[in-house]
Order: sequence, then structure tokens, then C-alpha cells
Amino acid sequence: MYENIILILDATLRVSAPLILAALAGLFSERSGIVNIALEGKILSSAFAAAATTSVTGSIMLGLLAAMMTSTLLSLLHGFACITHRGDQIVSGVAINMLAAGLTVTLGRYWFGLGGQTPPLSNDERFTSITLPGADAVADVPVIGLLYSELISGHNILVYLALALVPVCWWIIFKTRFGLRLRAAGENPHAVDTAGISVAWLRYRALICAGILTGIAGAYLSTAHSAGFVPNMSAGKGYIALAALIFGKWKPVPVLFGCLLFGFLDAMAIRLQGAELPFIGEVPVQAIEILPYVLTVLLLAGFIGRAVGPKSIGVPYVKSR
Amino acid sequence: MNDSKIPAWVSIIVLPLINILFAFAFSAIIFLAVDVNPIEAAQTMINGAFGYQEGIGYTFYYATNFIFTGLAVAVAFSAGLFNIGGEGQAYIGGLGVGLVCLGLDHTLPFWALLPITMFASMAFGALWAFIPAYLQAYRGSHIVITTIMFNFIASSLMVYLMVNVLNQKGQMAPVSRVFEASAGLPGFHTIAGWFGYGFAESPMNLSFLIALLCCVLVWVLLWRTRWGYAIRAMGSSPSAAEYGGINRKRLIIIVMLISGALSGLLSLNEVQGYAQQLKLGFVAGYGFTGIAVCLIGRNHPFGIVLASILFGILYQGGAELSFDFPNIDREMIQVVQALVVLFSGALSLMLVKPTERLFVYLDEKKKSNNTNAAEA
Repeated sequence: MYENIILILDATLRVSAPLILAALAGLFSERSGIVNIALEGKILSSAFAAAATTSVTGSIMLGLLAAMMTSTLLSLLHGFACITHRGDQIVSGVAINMLAAGLTVTLGRYWFGLGGQTPPLSNDERFTSITLPGADAVADVPVIGLLYSELISGHNILVYLALALVPVCWWIIFKTRFGLRLRAAGENPHAVDTAGISVAWLRYRALICAGILTGIAGAYLSTAHSAGFVPNMSAGKGYIALAALIFGKWKPVPVLFGCLLFGFLDAMAIRLQGAELPFIGEVPVQAIEILPYVLTVLLLAGFIGRAVGPKSIGVPYVKSR
Repeated sequence: MNDSKIPAWVSIIVLPLINILFAFAFSAIIFLAVDVNPIEAAQTMINGAFGYQEGIGYTFYYATNFIFTGLAVAVAFSAGLFNIGGEGQAYIGGLGVGLVCLGLDHTLPFWALLPITMFASMAFGALWAFIPAYLQAYRGSHIVITTIMFNFIASSLMVYLMVNVLNQKGQMAPVSRVFEASAGLPGFHTIAGWFGYGFAESPMNLSFLIALLCCVLVWVLLWRTRWGYAIRAMGSSPSAAEYGGINRKRLIIIVMLISGALSGLLSLNEVQGYAQQLKLGFVAGYGFTGIAVCLIGRNHPFGIVLASILFGILYQGGAELSFDFPNIDREMIQVVQALVVLFSGALSLMLVKPTERLFVYLDEKKKSNNTNAAEA
């Protein structure tokens, strides 16, 4: 039983990592006032960029860099449309998601001829799991041994990075001058403008941060979680991250727990496939799969707590008014 | 900027065309990037879409889907609501059609069945839009987020039903049994036959005519009725509409019910017309394409028909393209579609000022030419 719990939590961390990174990206962008339903497309395209670059150059670091650059470029496109040209942020997000879904497969087919996949990556070309010091030594110690060697040790570097970035993002958004201005741009951009600070430049910088973070999330999917890119491999993770962002009420630590919860549900769904539960019987996997969405809908509707987003979210800022 | 500088036909016709041209120009660059001559590609696509009767049938079969989803987005857009849930609403609408067909195809003749399936597709689609609408109207949750979530919920629900409930006994494949042949919508070739004309067999069917009828009805609703006036008033200024005595909450729900019903009708084409059985994933992104169609069609039923045919050409031509060019497949069409959404939607304001300047410049030049001519 204890071992099972540890294994499920271990799987939870693995599936939550990209959600955490993407949700933090959403946090930057939405806190600055830009709705980001393009997370999905950015994850997908950066997953492709990471796998393609790594398989061509053999360098995983170049792959990660390419992933971050790709999603940052898409972020800037999003910004160009909805900051510079005051376009609809949702329409722009939909466009980016479609573009990513189409372009990754088109370019993948053309470059690699594998029907949209990238060639499989060897272990040297991936982020593989790291054994923390002493993990093997304590593995046989009861309780703590398993906890340390299975749950805490043995993940790839990006999982630890994702967890470490939560306090970092919290600090940036809530403790620095940039963060204060960024939040102000999402709440009351006129006040920011009155103080002589450019709302547009602030929002662009928030989108660049978001681009870098989704880039890491994408690289995680194709070079750490699996070994190569498969079409549509993001499979709705961007939307789950968006749900977690709302579920965490646009605050870093609750967002982290939202991601962990949704990751946990995902891990449970895989584990419970076909299993009989006492009193309930067999739970359909789909029932667990939809829980993140159902919970988010209930939360948004105010049935479990209340989620109030940044005030000026989704509204293009027009200077002269 | 004051609008009177440029004539109305520029902003209604010229600007949207320029936006689409930009999208196509960028698409051409991507075609070049994957070693495909964009002009040859365009020729292949047009030939594939209009060159022979079966191709024409396919083009209009796709267009039927886009008319329904495009209208669904447009009705909601007119009220200032973004219904991004057409995908899920159409999927659940298909469940309604499928259940009716599976239950009644042995007992009822086609003409008795059709009104029931039409009603079922609309009712199920509307139901799936009702919950997000209610939550937006009475609980203040954002309709975009809720409808996205409902797309995923619909998809999981359908997987569950197809795998566990509606599949055939003793078979693993998640498909229902094929409906009785009498239950399917008559194909266009059959309808043409009634009037003594011959037409090649294709998936185009009666639902295309239903789609055109819906265009007329939506036009009447939006521009010729009180509700339509209220909807458009709410779309252009929600607060003014409320001061004007419009019940915002009720209207949100009505609009979303209509929008969901229109999305649901898509399944008439896909389930009762084309597949004649329930399958997984038959909506295949048509709901999202509806957004592009609505943007190009500028929210107007007439524009939506034209935009739907354009996308029908892209889809059917795109399928043809993948036979002739090994480098590309249907995904390429999604890129074109994305660029259209980008330029006609998100960047639609980008070219307003340059175009205005161009027209002002041309206008002044014409005037000065005239005065020069007069002086001489």
C-alpha cells in the first residue's frame, strides 16, 4: 500500500512538471492582462523544436534553447497581434494553437519523413533521471528510504527546475518592482501608464517570460518524458495548465497545488484502469479524466470558492482615453 | 481616425480581401519552404475542388459543416459572446442524432425520422451550450473557459459511451452499428435524380440545403426580429442594452441555445448523412474552423456561405494535394486556416490605417489631377 502511494506520487510529479511550467507561463501572461489560451500551441511547437533540434545537432541543450526560442517567438506573435494591434486575445490564441498543430506536422514530415514524428532520441540526447546523492544507500531504510529514493530522487533535471521555478516566479511577481508593475498592468493599466511606464512593453516582457517557461514545458514532453516528438503530443496539457491556473486563483503556490492535483488525477486514471474499488466498483477512466475540467468549471461558477481573475484581463489597452 | 474618410465598400469588401490575401501570401511562403510550388498547389486544389462532380460534392459536403459551425460562432459573436465550444456541442448533438437513429430506424420511415433527428441534434447541442451559458449569465464564469472545458468533457463522455455502451456487442471497435439504409439523409446525387438530373455519388447530402435554410433563418433572426435587435445591441454595448431594458441574462442563454443548436446540426451531415453510424471524433476540428469561417464571413450569413465554400475548397483541395505532393498532407490546410484566423481575426486591425492612408492618398491625387486638368 505504502509503496503504491509512493509510486503514484512519483508519477504525479512526472506528469505535473509540464503543467507547472505552463501554468507559471500563464500566470505571467494573465497577470499582465493577456489571456493565454495559446499555451497549448506553444507547448506543442516547442516540444517539436526541442526534439527536432536535438536529433539534428545531438545536443540536448541546443534543443532546449530552440524550444524556448520557438515558444517565445509565438509569444511575440501573440503580443504583436493583441498588444500592438489590439486584436482579440482569444482569436489570436486560437490561431496560434492551429498554427502549431499544423506547422509541427508539416515541417516534421518534410524534414524527417516519418509522418510527422521526429527520429527517436537516444538516452544521451534526453534529460534522463538523476539519482540524488545517497539515494541508493538509503533505499533499504524503511519508510524514509523509499520516500527518498523513489519520490524525491530519480527525476530528470526539468522536474526539479519546474518545482524550483515556483518560488522564483512568486518572488518575481510579488516581490520585485517588475512584478508589481506587471500585476498593475493586469489590474489597472491606466494607472501604470499614468506613472509613465509603458503598458505595452510590460506586457511584451510578461509574454517573453511566458514563452521561455512554455518552451521548457515543451522540451520536457519530447526530450524528458518521452524520446521524440509525436503529432499532437501536448494532448490538451496547455488547457489543463490553464485550468490549474484558474483553479489556483492566479497565485503561484495554489497554482502549484492545482497542477499537482490535476497531475495526481492523471496518474490515478492510468493506475485505476480496470481496477475495482471497494463500494464503488470499477471507475471509468474517463470519469477521472474529466475531473480537472469539472472542478475548474465548478470553481469558476463559484460553487467551491471563488476565482476572480485580474481585472483588465483580455482588454486591449488603448492609451488615449 | 474618423471613418468617413474611406468609402464603406472599402471596409466591407476590400479590407477583408486584403487580410485573406496576406494569409494566402504567408501560406505561399510556407508552401515554398516545403518545396511545393504554391501556384501549382493552388491549381491542384481548385481542380480537386471543382474539376469533377465528385470533387464538387466533397467541397459542398465540407462547406455544409462550416456553414453550421460558422453560423453558431456568428450568432454568439453578434451578442459579444465567444462560443469556442462548437466542437463539443456538435459532438453531443451527434449523440442525439445517433440515439434517435439507433432507436427508431427500424420503425419510422425517413420523413418521420428527419424532424426527430433534427430536433435531437439541436436539443443535444443546445443542452451542451446551456450549462456554460447559465454559468456565464448567473454565476459570472467566463464563457470561453467553460466552453473549452466542456469540449474536453464532451470528448471524454463520448469515449466512455462509445467504448462501453453504444458499441456493438462482442466487438472492440468503438463504433455503433450502421443505421438502416432508409434512415440516412439522401445524398445530393439521389436528390438530383428526383429532378431528372445526373450527379456523381458524393457525401454531399440534404443537410446542405438545411444549412442554407439556417443561413436565411439566422439572417432573419439577427436583422429582422426584436430578438436580433436585442442580440446586436448587447453585442455592441452590453451596458447600453441593459439600460435599454434588455434582460442580459436571459438573452445570453437564448443566444447560446441557438448557437449550440446550430453546432449540433453539424452532426446531421456527419452522422446521419456521411457516416450513418456513431464514431469517435467525427467533429474533427470543424467547430474550430467555424471561428475562421465566421471571421472571414464577417459575422454575416451571406459571408459565411462564401467563407464556408472557400474552406470547403481548402479541405477538399487539400485532400487532393496530398495525393499529388508527397511532402504535404491535410495538416498543411490547418496552417492556411491558422493564418486566415490570424490575419482576418487577430490582426484584422493591422491593415486598417495603411489602407485608409492609401485611399486618402489616391483620393487627393485624383482631386489634384482634376484641378490640374481644369487649369489646363
